[in-house]
Amino acid sequence: MNIPAELRYTKEHEWVRLEGDVATIGITDFAQGELGDIVFVEVDTEGESLDAEEVFGSVEAVKTVSDLFMPCAGEVLEFNSAVEDDPALVNSDPYGAGWLIKVKVSDPAAVEALLDAAAYGAHIG
Amino acid sequence: METTELKSTPLLAEHQALGAKMVPFAGYHMPVSYAGLTEEHHSVRNRVGMFDVSHMGEFMVKGPEALDLIQWITTNDASKLVDGQVQYSCMPNGEGGIVDDLLVYRFNAESFMLVVNASNLEKDWNWIQGQNRFNATLEDRSEAFALIAVQGPEATAAVAPHFQGAAAPGDLKYYTFTEGTFAGVPTVLSATGYTGAGGFELYLPAEQASGVWKALLEGGVTPCGLGARDTLRLEAGFCLYGNDIDDSTSPLAAGLGWITKFTKDFVDRDRFEAEKANGSTTVLRGLVITERGIPRQGYDVEDANGQVIGRVTSGTMSPTLGHAIGLAYLAAENAQLGGTVFVRIRNKALPAQVVRPGFLPR
Repeated sequence: MNIPAELRYTKEHEWVRLEGDVATIGITDFAQGELGDIVFVEVDTEGESLDAEEVFGSVEAVKTVSDLFMPCAGEVLEFNSAVEDDPALVNSDPYGAGWLIKVKVSDPAAVEALLDAAAYGAHIG
Repeated sequence: METTELKSTPLLAEHQALGAKMVPFAGYHMPVSYAGLTEEHHSVRNRVGMFDVSHMGEFMVKGPEALDLIQWITTNDASKLVDGQVQYSCMPNGEGGIVDDLLVYRFNAESFMLVVNASNLEKDWNWIQGQNRFNATLEDRSEAFALIAVQGPEATAAVAPHFQGAAAPGDLKYYTFTEGTFAGVPTVLSATGYTGAGGFELYLPAEQASGVWKALLEGGVTPCGLGARDTLRLEAGFCLYGNDIDDSTSPLAAGLGWITKFTKDFVDRDRFEAEKANGSTTVLRGLVITERGIPRQGYDVEDANGQVIGRVTSGTMSPTLGHAIGLAYLAAENAQLGGTVFVRIRNKALPAQVVRPGFLPR
């Protein structure tokens, strides 16, 4: 299971990469594997300010749909248009080309308080 | 998750050796996918795949009264069966709903096999025993049988080299069966399936099933899981018990009028005859969505004014067609074929075309 050490994680299987006060957010390798072939990613919260744990979008696989949750409070700056056009990127490269949104975070310290790689690894067992 | 005692099929070790993703289903550890749902799905549509469906139940019904019992408990007319023929049927529950859908196999005039859903096995067994005022002999052989479905346009080529029996696989007509051996293993070879891709189902002695699985695997047959089984059956427009039919749905509303025959007496006959005369209040229809979104079980269906007129019972992205499909019960007055309804998918109402279930080009 691929769990990059430099990222932060949520129990809902989102990952966060913080650069300054901008966080890039996606779903983990474990999550894409559990979902299976992803056919749509929907994010219609671009430009909105959301609280931590609010739904920012959804990801549809062939068999199931799953909500996407904000790991931290902030403004949704951008939805990855590459993923909108080719959702399979989330399966093939979940930590790279398959990123989902960029967020201007309200409180960068809140990102540091999320799960680290070891804690997330323990969470998914 | 609660740790409940899950049963295994005789092929568990084969699934584990292939690295299958296993899920609990109907009380069994079952493979949901191996290489990936979409790839498995295409294998069956374009070539040949196989499924372990050993969790299905097999009940033997024997004796001079066997047919009388089957005629009473099922909606289809089993008196029309000849030896070596199979019939799709369903069991009404005495209240206008469905206990289960099933296959009826006729070995001879006094020997039949009923193949039922694993999720309903105990309910079915108790129901059938309760209806058996005919004193037919009943035997639950579910644990004795493994069942492998080999499906797809190349199924005959995959099965024929290993099979020796009364009839060659290529000569079996749809919904007939023959007995013989597959790679030396005693086999009931049935030209049936749940994919709309054609092929066979092989009933095998549980303890010898792994040899058959391995022979098929070596022959290049793609192992497929429950995920692909569901997308394939939904493309073909086949009902899934627990989704599209259950104890509250009538066979007529479910589009199963073609297996509801008023040529004989059976459980709920009068009720269904009246429903046929008056029309069902809801009808199971196919939905085709070409915009981005997938109907899922339980989603509301609305008319153009936002009034709820139905409910989705099954839905998926169709790997073959590249757009979403579903089944839904619609109020009869909103169920016109070719009409447009709207599926409530979170904050959107996506237009869906109303079609007959069965989404593949003929």
